Amino acid sequence: MTALPATPVFRPNAPGRILRLSWERTLIELRQFFRTPEQVFFTFLLPVLFVVIFSTIFSGEIEGPPGVEDVEFAQYFVPGMIATGIMSATFASLAMTIAVEQHDGLLRRLSGTPLPRSAYFGGKIGLALFTAALEVVLILGIGVALYGVNLPTDPAKWLAFLGVFIAGVSACSLLGIAYTRLIRSSSAASAIVQPPYLILQFISGVFLQYSAVPPFLQAIASLFPLKWMVQGFRYAFLPDWVAVDDYGGQWNVDLVLLVLAGWLLLSFVAARLWFRWDRTGSA
Amino acid sequence: MTAAITATGVRKSYGSFEALRGVDLEIGEGEVFALLGPNGAGKTTFVEILEGFRTRTAGEATVLGIDPERGGPEWRARLGIVLQSAGFFEQLTPDEITAHFASFYPKHLDPRRVVDMVGLAEKRDARCKSLSGGQKRRVDLALGIVGDPDLVFLDEPTTGLDPQGRRQIWEVVREFTSLGKTVVLTTHYLDEAEQLADRVGVIIRGELVEVGRPREIGGRERAMARISFSLNGTLSEVALPEVGGLIDAADGVATVTTDRPTAVVAMLARWAEDHGVAELPGLAVSRPSLEDIYLAMVAEAGEPSDGGQL
Ligand SMILES: Nc1ncnc2c1ncn2[C@@H]1O[C@H](COP(=O)(O)OP(=O)(O)O)[C@@H](O)[C@H]1O
Ligand SMILES: [Mg+2]
Repeated sequence: MTALPATPVFRPNAPGRILRLSWERTLIELRQFFRTPEQVFFTFLLPVLFVVIFSTIFSGEIEGPPGVEDVEFAQYFVPGMIATGIMSATFASLAMTIAVEQHDGLLRRLSGTPLPRSAYFGGKIGLALFTAALEVVLILGIGVALYGVNLPTDPAKWLAFLGVFIAGVSACSLLGIAYTRLIRSSSAASAIVQPPYLILQFISGVFLQYSAVPPFLQAIASLFPLKWMVQGFRYAFLPDWVAVDDYGGQWNVDLVLLVLAGWLLLSFVAARLWFRWDRTGSA
Repeated sequence: MTAAITATGVRKSYGSFEALRGVDLEIGEGEVFALLGPNGAGKTTFVEILEGFRTRTAGEATVLGIDPERGGPEWRARLGIVLQSAGFFEQLTPDEITAHFASFYPKHLDPRRVVDMVGLAEKRDARCKSLSGGQKRRVDLALGIVGDPDLVFLDEPTTGLDPQGRRQIWEVVREFTSLGKTVVLTTHYLDEAEQLADRVGVIIRGELVEVGRPREIGGRERAMARISFSLNGTLSEVALPEVGGLIDAADGVATVTTDRPTAVVAMLARWAEDHGVAELPGLAVSRPSLEDIYLAMVAEAGEPSDGGQL
């Protein structure tokens, strides 16, 4: 008896295969991303540019109560821009590119192949994670090198930073994926994504002190993830008195993480329900 | 012959408009089948139902033994799909995108070889956005075959290409079919169907009006010859003769369609001589080309009406 050569069974959803293909997708997504100047500029370099412009224009200090050291404007502004940069690299970037892929039939093309759908999303998360991390490094690097931003020294603060980063990237990525449902054509993508996101930046106190935002707008901002991400990153970079002045007492990092986890869950469900592979209008 | 594809009573309605009105078809393994029809006939609708992209309103279908509405990745691994149109990965090169797609398949062809095969060797490192329409179509083809599928769907693979581009695509399809693969292609070019297909199905307004070998399509009409001559001078004033076939006179040209052309020409010659004309002016005898037959079929089925569409 001769043994038959083992015919390898094709297991499309084997974890190893999904991981490998998620990695392949991440690499190709990154390649596409960095070769598209508009994307690199609007979702990647714009936040960095804002850091430079704002830190240069508003080079003053935020005065604290008597007896404490003032805080450089950049020290206050940079953590907010990190939050915005992350949202841009995740929510805005994914929502816009996925919408185009849905409407222009690119997803249709992919769904005609044995690529597991989870690997497609794996690639998107990989792209979001990588670009968001790079965004953070860039903004921090510029902040430290040019505007004298001090990095946290307390390891607990770095841990909070990491926690907010991971929760923020995951929640905003899934939100971006779910949000594509509201985009009705590829040309409408940036018009549907950018304005709400820009408004959120203002009312979440990214460009101005949070305490300067009228209370009813603060209330609206508190419904969305950006305000909480900003708050979480500010905790890592600023002394506690700023929280008293700006956030009504405490940084509440636990609450920040809780809200982001809530958004993560909500976005996941919404993405499951609303995501469409084919929006070329021919199903 | 095992069937690669079966369709029974496949219907598709878009709202109140019936795009497919009950298509029955069986395509064997290893067969090259061309679905031929004018624009709007329902070719894409039918093919995309088989590809699992569209749902059918009624009827049954199997593709490689699986209902396309329920096909998973194992099934997809055996299919190659070239859509009529789909967006492009503009920033990637033919080499990159072909290799990327290859990685999705359990057994695939060497992506670089596939890029050579479709004639894109010179453009392998150019961004897709810089390619011409014909070159993009070749990338489509490369992506369709790189997974070494058993069955390939090609929806109008050569529409919009120049004659040379079409021929190159034909070559690739031939090379692919020589490996015993099944191919279903749609086209509105007759010569394409004749060149590539073992069998042709003519689809008009959602109905498969005829299926057969390219040489046999329009069987009876094909046997018919058309005789025409000019009616001038005396001949325009006298009554046309009885020739046992349909005789038509318009714009000073008489036309007879008949399956006994020799006898009819003899009769016409006698009739002309009787009226003192020795030579029938502009006499021509022609056989219909497949093109004529196909156009006649399309005309017979009537122009597509928009009545059902809002
Ligand atoms: N998604 C759709 N919604 C409504 N009508 C459609 C849709 N797709 C195709 N049709 C209509 O169905 C008919 C057949 O279309 P199609 O299958 O694309 O034909 P072909 O590929 O032969 O040109 C056409 O009249 C077309 O307008
Ligand atoms: Mg079509």
